[in-house]
Amino acid sequence: MTWQGWAEIALTLGLAVAIGWPLGVFMSRVWKGERTFLDPILRPVEALLYAACGVDPKKSQSWHGYALALLAFNLVGFILTYLVLRLQGVLPLNPQGFPGLSGHLAFNTAISFVTNTNWQSYAGETTMSTLSQMLVLTTQNVVSAATGATVAAALARAFVANRGEGVGNFWADLIRTTLYVLLPVSFVVAVLLVALGLPQTLSAGVTATTLEGAEQKISLYAVASQEAVKMLGINGGGIFNANSAHPFENPTPLTNLITAISINVLGWASFFAFGRMVMAKKEVRALVMAASVLLFAGAAGIYATETQPAPAQVAAGVDTSVNMEGKEVRFGAPSTAAWAAMTTGASNGSVNGMHSSLMPLGGGIAMFLMQLGEILPGGIGSGIAIMGVMALLAVFVAGLMVGRTPEYLGKKIEAREIQFAILAVIVIPLSMLGFSAVSAVLPEALKGLMHEGPHGLSEILYAYVSGTANNGSAFAGLTANAPWWNVTLAIAMAMGRFLPIVAVLAIAGALVVKPKLAPSAGTLPTDGGLFVGLLVGVILILGGLQFFPAMALGPIVEHFQVLGAVAALR
Amino acid sequence: MISHLRPALVSMGLFTALLGVAYPLAVTGVAQAAFPAQAGGSLVRDAGGKVVGSALIGQVFTAPGYFHGRPSAAGNGYDASASSGSNMGPMNEKLIEREKADATALRAENPGAAIPADAVTTSGSGLDPDISPANARFQILRVAKARGVPEGQVSAIVEAQVLPPLLGFIGQPRVNVLALNRALDARFPKGG
Repeated sequence: MTWQGWAEIALTLGLAVAIGWPLGVFMSRVWKGERTFLDPILRPVEALLYAACGVDPKKSQSWHGYALALLAFNLVGFILTYLVLRLQGVLPLNPQGFPGLSGHLAFNTAISFVTNTNWQSYAGETTMSTLSQMLVLTTQNVVSAATGATVAAALARAFVANRGEGVGNFWADLIRTTLYVLLPVSFVVAVLLVALGLPQTLSAGVTATTLEGAEQKISLYAVASQEAVKMLGINGGGIFNANSAHPFENPTPLTNLITAISINVLGWASFFAFGRMVMAKKEVRALVMAASVLLFAGAAGIYATETQPAPAQVAAGVDTSVNMEGKEVRFGAPSTAAWAAMTTGASNGSVNGMHSSLMPLGGGIAMFLMQLGEILPGGIGSGIAIMGVMALLAVFVAGLMVGRTPEYLGKKIEAREIQFAILAVIVIPLSMLGFSAVSAVLPEALKGLMHEGPHGLSEILYAYVSGTANNGSAFAGLTANAPWWNVTLAIAMAMGRFLPIVAVLAIAGALVVKPKLAPSAGTLPTDGGLFVGLLVGVILILGGLQFFPAMALGPIVEHFQVLGAVAALR
Repeated sequence: MISHLRPALVSMGLFTALLGVAYPLAVTGVAQAAFPAQAGGSLVRDAGGKVVGSALIGQVFTAPGYFHGRPSAAGNGYDASASSGSNMGPMNEKLIEREKADATALRAENPGAAIPADAVTTSGSGLDPDISPANARFQILRVAKARGVPEGQVSAIVEAQVLPPLLGFIGQPRVNVLALNRALDARFPKGG
């Protein structure tokens, strides 16, 4: 570990928070329907979309109306994506001549992109036509992110309202977030990335004759436009199999810095936007603090593990200062560690080094950050929404200790909210551990594993943790393009996405009708160090303890194997 | 649900036109006009205009007179239409055997020198265009011998090709193998 490495990690994580703040201010204006500097260009487009859809953006919906609209929109997105993927062989703009996807792969991929997970059971450059990448995958990258944002906007309105009724209009939130936030920011970042070296072409590729006279087929795509939304939309699905380790997705330390910041920037922006809407800047600062502490600890932990001696390098008698298997030379340990934490702390799932080849505890930390429920800072909107649920549970626990009805942001928290909060957070371990347990004993599932023993268990656990948390990264030794994996992972992704969303909207529906209370002497302060500590405790207990037995059999036991192997070799 | 069907269908259709067609095409237009070289894949051409590779993508070098890239797990090695890491876990026996064999071969060509880690490990993409400066320096002895030129001259070319980290601390120092070998060919036209 070097000071340069620590400086790079601190800068990357810190810049994401710093840039997230002004973007959050802007995002809150968008959610509130206020004027922005983009109005002259985008207002007419927005009005056109409302007219074509036949919706009145001013009409506030009840929580279940809002939820139904959200589900209908996502259902249509799923069907469209599924059809295009199945039919890409006969559709135009297929210069690679790829056939349509198999039924289970198309099902998995469509769910994956609609749920903002971007788990990929396929290798992009040998599976996806240019049309599929652009038309459905890029589109879903944006609108699935906007779907997450709508949930935070609705929850914020519920906290603001004093005996209100509706939680806002889903169509307005969806359209405004897409038009005013995701599209312009993505466009700017995409052009910047092309300038820094990312390809952007409709050609399928070129064949080069190398210096030694061999032929090298080089795949090309419209990479930059999809890369920008892949990061900013917190999607993570690579154009290429190697994702952001691929030099065409991430050619230099500067593109790495920009894209790494892009992973977290709109997640943090959602925190700040929520705070401004609810007029609870101090309380949200406490949430940001809690999330940052956990995220930085994760990055530091991975940096520490990746600078431990790897058994193969010890056996080979080469330099052991960095575990270089699966890492790019231009990134090394610090860039890879910062990225691994940011991508798993958010529900991004892109990788700039292979997580399967991380040291056991490094891969374990990546898994752990996802098990916490994708709130560091998580996806756009969905991160702050689940963090809000965690805060409700924290005030509830505190309320139990002193025997008072808990309050949060001026609303009384009662049985109904806590029931839905528990529902939102119980789906996560249920799906992650349930599917893993079945797969660990099912021969059909075990066929896909690359490793036996603890690393094999980690491959299984990582897959369902990643799918349920809507992350999408993988221990990619697993060959997941088989019916069992494709179908069960699709179910895990759908459960992990839509059950918490509906639960959060139900909480919003319960809160919106309540009176807004002024804080009294008996109210637990939710903006100080005490609350940050309490919240971190709740997050760690909910996320950590229930996964400990499974983690002990995977990454933790493998860690001791590594220590034993290194000691024996020396 | 039925009342939500019209806005769902219409908005998805319009979003597809806007985000799936107009947005990537607009970026492509701007990119091709303003940054044609990068947008086309940063292709490298020889004097005759023939494409010899991409500046960003590693390629296979086996001749002793060229600097070699890292081992690659992409296809049969540096297959730029099938990027992949090895995905082997740290306790994987095959990984341990592979690194041991590679290190033994390297030790024979430059006995006594410390072997850098990137010389025996595969990258995440399998297309890593770079090697560490230490790895390039390790190979100077072999390259100079194969080309029959003084080590000092090869060393000077290597040092000129070292790219430092951004601002001294972002990313790692590195040497682009294709650029280095082209510089080598330019300086010693008969080698290779």
